[in-house]
Amino acid sequence: MTSPVDFEVPADGLNMVVCIKQVPDSAQIRVHPVTNTIMRQGVPTIINPYDLFALEEAMRLRDQYGGKVTVLTMGPPMAEDALRRALGFGADDAVLITDRFFAGSDTLATSFALATALGTLGKDRAIDIVFTGKQTIDGDTAQVGPGIASRLNLNQLTYVSAIDTLDREKGEITVRRRAEGGVQVLKSKLPCLITMLEGANDMRRGTIQDMLRAARAQPTVWSAEDAGVDDIMKCGLRGSPTVVKKVFAPSPRSEAAEMVTVEGKKPQQIGNAVVDLIFAAQPKLEAELAAEPGV
Amino acid sequence: MAQAPKKPAGGRAGMKKELPEHFKAYKHVWVFVEIERGRVHPVSWELMGEGRKLANKLGVDLAAVVLGPDDETTKRAVREAFQYGADLCYVCEDEILADYRNEPFTKALTDIVNTYQPEILLLGATTLGRDLAGSVATTLKTGLTADSTELDVDDEKSLAATRPTFGGTLLCTIHTLNYRPQMATVRPRVMAMPEPDMSKGVGKIVNHSLNMVEKDIVTKILDFVADATTDDANLAYADVVVAGGMGLGGPQNFQLVKDLAATLGGEYGCSRPVVQKGWLPADRQIGQTGNTIRPKLYIAAGISGAIQHRVGVEGADLIVAINTDPNAKIFEFAHLGVVADALSVLPALNEAFAQRLKARTKKLEVV
Amino acid sequence: MSEHFDAIVVGAGPSGNAAAYTMAKGGLNVLQIDRGEYPGSKNVQGAILYADALERIIPDFRDHAPLERHVVEQRMWFLDETSHTGAHYRSDDFNEDRPNRYTILRAQFDKWFSKQVKEAGALLICETSVTNLVKNDTGKVIGVETDREGGPIFADIVVLGEGVNALVGQRAGLRPELKPNHVALAVKETHFLPEKTVRDRFNLAGEDDGVVIEVFGDVASGMVGTGFLYTNKESISIGVGCLISDFSETQISPYDLLDRFKTHPSVAPMLRDAELKEYVAHLIPEGGYNAIPQLTGDGWAIVGDAGQFVNAVHREGSNLAMTTGRLVGETVLQLKAEEKTMSEANLKLYRDKLKASFVMKDMKKYRKIPGLLEANKQMLTTYPRAISKALQAMLRVDGTSKRDKETEMMAAMKRQRGSWWGIATDMFKLARAWR
Ligand SMILES: Cc1cc2nc3c(=O)[nH]c(=O)nc-3n(C[C@H](O)[C@H](O)[C@H](O)COP(=O)(O)OP(=O)(O)OC[C@H]3O[C@@H](n4cnc5c(N)ncnc54)[C@H](O)[C@@H]3O)c2cc1C
Ligand SMILES: Cc1cc2nc3c(=O)[nH]c(=O)nc-3n(C[C@H](O)[C@H](O)[C@H](O)COP(=O)(O)OP(=O)(O)OC[C@H]3O[C@@H](n4cnc5c(N)ncnc54)[C@H](O)[C@@H]3O)c2cc1C
Ligand SMILES: Nc1ncnc2c1ncn2[C@@H]1O[C@H](COP(=O)(O)O)[C@@H](O)[C@H]1O
Repeated sequence: MTSPVDFEVPADGLNMVVCIKQVPDSAQIRVHPVTNTIMRQGVPTIINPYDLFALEEAMRLRDQYGGKVTVLTMGPPMAEDALRRALGFGADDAVLITDRFFAGSDTLATSFALATALGTLGKDRAIDIVFTGKQTIDGDTAQVGPGIASRLNLNQLTYVSAIDTLDREKGEITVRRRAEGGVQVLKSKLPCLITMLEGANDMRRGTIQDMLRAARAQPTVWSAEDAGVDDIMKCGLRGSPTVVKKVFAPSPRSEAAEMVTVEGKKPQQIGNAVVDLIFAAQPKLEAELAAEPGV
Repeated sequence: MAQAPKKPAGGRAGMKKELPEHFKAYKHVWVFVEIERGRVHPVSWELMGEGRKLANKLGVDLAAVVLGPDDETTKRAVREAFQYGADLCYVCEDEILADYRNEPFTKALTDIVNTYQPEILLLGATTLGRDLAGSVATTLKTGLTADSTELDVDDEKSLAATRPTFGGTLLCTIHTLNYRPQMATVRPRVMAMPEPDMSKGVGKIVNHSLNMVEKDIVTKILDFVADATTDDANLAYADVVVAGGMGLGGPQNFQLVKDLAATLGGEYGCSRPVVQKGWLPADRQIGQTGNTIRPKLYIAAGISGAIQHRVGVEGADLIVAINTDPNAKIFEFAHLGVVADALSVLPALNEAFAQRLKARTKKLEVV
Repeated sequence: MSEHFDAIVVGAGPSGNAAAYTMAKGGLNVLQIDRGEYPGSKNVQGAILYADALERIIPDFRDHAPLERHVVEQRMWFLDETSHTGAHYRSDDFNEDRPNRYTILRAQFDKWFSKQVKEAGALLICETSVTNLVKNDTGKVIGVETDREGGPIFADIVVLGEGVNALVGQRAGLRPELKPNHVALAVKETHFLPEKTVRDRFNLAGEDDGVVIEVFGDVASGMVGTGFLYTNKESISIGVGCLISDFSETQISPYDLLDRFKTHPSVAPMLRDAELKEYVAHLIPEGGYNAIPQLTGDGWAIVGDAGQFVNAVHREGSNLAMTTGRLVGETVLQLKAEEKTMSEANLKLYRDKLKASFVMKDMKKYRKIPGLLEANKQMLTTYPRAISKALQAMLRVDGTSKRDKETEMMAAMKRQRGSWWGIATDMFKLARAWR
């Protein structure tokens, strides 16, 4: 268990951990049209884009108030790449928890594993803020953050678009939280868990020194046991109450679209033809639209 | 969740054991009714419609859970819950619940669940619903399927929640076999809005008290900055939506989309790359990671019809696609297809609609 | 806090990787810098890997490198608008223990190669562009500047494996600008097909057998260039390449050209039902021997495409890149061992090694070809078309005697080329250039 940096959290600094996940760049996942299998061949992995907003926000707080930013991920050994990239952005320390017992985790098991590791990380020096992204682009549940907060009894601040103030003395934090129809301004206390909203900030470019440090780093790698897991039954498939029963491709609609003939027609004729067909298919619509015409 | 599908399906399902004894008492389908800023989020009623179907299949009751302050909004939500099909309603009224905060809402909902034991609990996948569902599921140590697009019960009376996976390229069906309640969130507009039965009166109400005092709650609301409503896209609930994709070629051409939407009194939207390019703001995006829409008419111009877009528009009554590529995927699920240049068809359509609607309005006036 | 390395390698393509690997294996403190998100991120095409060059660097590469198929059959096609004339050579001899040519997907291959480099001990940083070279008072290169904050990084030698564009070298005034007639633009697509379909479509018996098709003639619309098609495990790589100067002259877009190639009646059936996976455009240096810039100076050396090391005739590039990279690496190791500086004079050793290797010999042998083809486009247009027409005439049974057909063919060829004299000169020039 070697740490990439000899980095103690300054006494009056913030101890922050950012949970990041390595995900396949899903823009590049394809399903084979004939066999319906996923073509994973050569699909590159990236840091879940939402997590980068969390990482940058943590680094900003560190730059302002002093402290330490550790990135934490649960995943296969190759998830080390994601940690190294995070170090290249300027994170101070990195921890990978990896174990075959973690395979097949759903959100409950994931939050259990991460929360346990966070507990171990905060044993000597309590963690002030845990950051997560709003959601992942592969799991896309937005549940892991709240799950961690519940387990560790952290004040939960989700969908945060900005951190307005932070008072180290009083341990108080004010944030802006996106809600339906508006933004809540919330005052809460440390320790807390913040899930950052996209667009909250712009990720910095690490310096050449950050990059060299990242290239040399050997992120701390923890097994389930190292991370402090005492009950394997709460991990991975075993610890996941949900079960995936089937995976399938969506079926095509039974009838094909009715195609409007366009050959030899002027745009205006096409326009009229389409309008006729629309209203023929939806007779009620015409009356409704006419009743409340647009501007 | 992402890693779960790697396991060959079926293997684990076969491992289903008998439901533990203490969960057998868990019965009925519940819907969490989301009130924020004085209104019930429509997704709650959409879920009532869906919950009704599940309850009927299981032969159990449908209940609504309403949390809020002791005021008219809460009372109205309770009344409406019955009109939307609730057989009974669990209500917790407390000033502390006036605005959403995770801590008191989590406590209220978990307490009610632990006391009255539902087998299924549904919430909207809104910012509030996702915030709450995650804490409640973790506190209850049960399974949660987020952002479901389809709900059903299987032969063994277990909730089968289907959701997109692998970046939306595939769907998967998820069960919570040995834990209760089975929880799922569903995004707004994924389910159809049921017709309320206005003749229905208030039925059985079970009151629950929160047992919290404000000073024990750490997080305080200092302010609420409402969105400037004027420019707020109400895409999800529009009757007519016109959207453009990368096929429009550039931001300047989105005026054509906006014009047509205006003529039809509808909203305009776009595909994801259009947002990524910065041509339109993020709240205009339609699809898996944007808005789900269920308009009566959806016109898609220059959109290829990727699966992530498709899942957001499939609820539309009539889909019209304009695309220069006759093999575009969108023609696989559109009802009406036009293989032509959107840049010329959009203005033509605008013109044709304008004339038709004017004519029609006139006719109405004459009658 | 500026650091000092024994060597900095710019680029993590085949040439940079070979150089960094050789030096790191030899115990040097090596920093490699690439601007891509990860090595190979900019190199997504399929390609042919020539085993020999890699084998000299990583002898057991066959055991763990991501190889797609080994080539058992080579086809040469001459195309006109509707037909192709071809020669196929397939041999079971290619099914040897250590096959000589493989198809690879560069994205995967480069990633693998880079992993070997890192395991050998080199330090790699990605997403970082080298913007310029740092020189001392005497003009000796002593380090690099990057597009990141934190100052320059220093090294005894900077190896430029930055690929064809070679902007760093240009900016530092080490070499002239690229000429449009020294670079070809290749566009390439990868089309996905199930593994079995690939094998069925190309009559491949062994699971890892592969086919390569090289195409001349109409594919290039009368421009200097060629087309190609390779079979990968579950996909087909297809592309065309032409000189930049020709693209701008003819105003044909590379994409249209590729489209034309894909829809050619001889090509289309091979791609049927395939799903397009990726599209890339990339430059290929094709200036040949005469375009090779100065390769060494005080504190620097050039390897790979940056040095125009591509054999356009045989479509070899990565092997030359790896070989030049290895030779620089060996040079630096030798100079270090002898405690010599990385001066221009001492680096002559690299140029000597090049001269002694197949690299310079091949580059020299074909030095006249690029200019010849450029100045005499008929070699890639008229002749392929004429051959095709001739064969068609021979094969059609229509009551004309074969002798009359032959006469007509020769006359047609002459009509197209202008004169017998023209044909004779072309043949002579070609023969000379090849010798
Ligand atoms: C995790 C994930 C989530 C995603 N979420 C969403 C989402 O929520 N919403 C979404 O939309 N996408 C989403 N996507 C992206 C999706 O996969 C597609 O990339 C996207 O929908 C394509 O947008 P498009 O159709 O506008 O562009 P393209 O695919 O580039 O299609 C442009 C179309 O325009 C046609 N065209 C070109 N010129 C003209 C013309 N003059 N007239 C008419 N037609 C023309 C072309 O034939 C083509 O079909 C997501 C992807 C991932 C991986
Ligand atoms: C379409 C096509 C098909 C080909 N097919 C074949 C084939 O089948 N067989 C074959 O042997 N060869 C083939 N070649 C040629 C072969 O790809 C090249 O010869 C080979 O890649 C050259 O290697 P290199 O290391 O010199 O350059 P590259 O592979 O181009 O690598 C250069 C690297 O340097 C990095 N870089 C550039 N500038 C900077 C900077 N300023 N700072 C930091 N990093 C920088 C780039 O990101 C890149 O990773 C083909 C080429 C093309 C275009
Ligand atoms: N395996 C993981 N390792 C570290 N963090 C994770 C992991 N999975 C999810 N997270 C965090 O939880 C957030 C929400 O994830 P999700 O619930 O999957 O949408 C992500 O943005 C991450 O910050």
